[in-house]
Amino acid sequence: MTFRLIRLVAVLALALGGVLGSAAGQAGEIGPKIAIDKSKGQCVRPRDEMRRTHMQLLKHRRDETMYRGVRGGKVSLRACMECHAVKGEDGKFLTVKSPKHFCRVCHDYAAVKPDCWDCHVSVPDAAAGQAMLKLPGHSMHAEASGLVKYLQGGKK
Amino acid sequence: MSQGTPDKDHDAARRAFLRNAAAATVITLAPGVTLLTMGRAEAGIAKPSGPLDPKKRWGMLIDTTKCASGCDKCVAACKKENGWEAREGSPTDPQWIRKVDVKDPGTGFEMSLPVMCQHCEHPPCVDVCPTGASMKRADGIVLVNRHICIGCRYCMMACPYKARSFEHHEVEESDKAPWAPRGQGTVEACTMCVHRVDTGRIPACVEACDKGAMLFGDLNDANSDIAKRLAEYPSAQIRADLGTNPGVRYAQLP
Repeated sequence: MTFRLIRLVAVLALALGGVLGSAAGQAGEIGPKIAIDKSKGQCVRPRDEMRRTHMQLLKHRRDETMYRGVRGGKVSLRACMECHAVKGEDGKFLTVKSPKHFCRVCHDYAAVKPDCWDCHVSVPDAAAGQAMLKLPGHSMHAEASGLVKYLQGGKK
Repeated sequence: MSQGTPDKDHDAARRAFLRNAAAATVITLAPGVTLLTMGRAEAGIAKPSGPLDPKKRWGMLIDTTKCASGCDKCVAACKKENGWEAREGSPTDPQWIRKVDVKDPGTGFEMSLPVMCQHCEHPPCVDVCPTGASMKRADGIVLVNRHICIGCRYCMMACPYKARSFEHHEVEESDKAPWAPRGQGTVEACTMCVHRVDTGRIPACVEACDKGAMLFGDLNDANSDIAKRLAEYPSAQIRADLGTNPGVRYAQLP
């Protein structure tokens, strides 16, 4: 009897502890927190799905780009930057060299080192270091009309 | 379900349930409803380019009589566009396109021409690649998929045009172009500005050539400028004897 009572109390205490614990820190939040600018709308997939499968989305897009020439749009590495990139104290976008870079915040926590940034730029297009970026006409989403005009014999 | 593709929805739901088990208790004690909206804001986003047209075969025609010795505007444009820079005197630095001056010692005839990846129909670099990183797109552009390139450099050995180079050094963030990623330990070459072609523009070198020596277009389209010129005037491929059938052709090549 005493044993049963003790067990009941223990179970209740555990349940209550869980409730209090979850009320104190937001329920279900594990890992580091990253501030996300929601003013640009929702992400391409729900949050939990992105956390688990963003690498599969990126890998799929990677192959689509390499083999089929699919570039730009919302499901792309460049588009991730547009919403998620964070600025440092000097107001400039942080590169992946900083532990505060949005990719590194979680990847450092999980002890995973993605090698995307060995080649890819880790800041938004507009902030990339190359001066040529500021030249007009440099847009990943340029209209096809330029090429069509050129191929039809007009001036480029 | 195969190992590579977990049942995402179930898996995510299970994880969320386990993490939220305590919160679920709250709901049973004091019933309440949390509504999660997962609307996707698709508006205002440019549509992705592509997919490419496999009926096309992109190519270039270079008129050697119009190409001037000492002019390297095409090389400069390529460097700027793709963010590579060969250091003075270094034999190992990247070189996506180079100007070649040739002279016939018998007659004294001199000629200058740009040489880059020739975008072969039967590329030897693709034949020898052990990982499948060296590849030819359906529209004829030969590329290195640097996601799977291990930097073994077999392709550099195999290329009869010496068109590929190896990046020995770490690429600085400030040198990277968002549309042309390049990095240490991989092989690279002229991409025929694939990022431009995919989004409806012409390669940077062709755009930069103010002498009209370079022409870009679809070799398969009989009505294209390049196909008409090829049909009308004599042209040649470099080392045509190898049977690689390059997409880059040279007019007036003796």
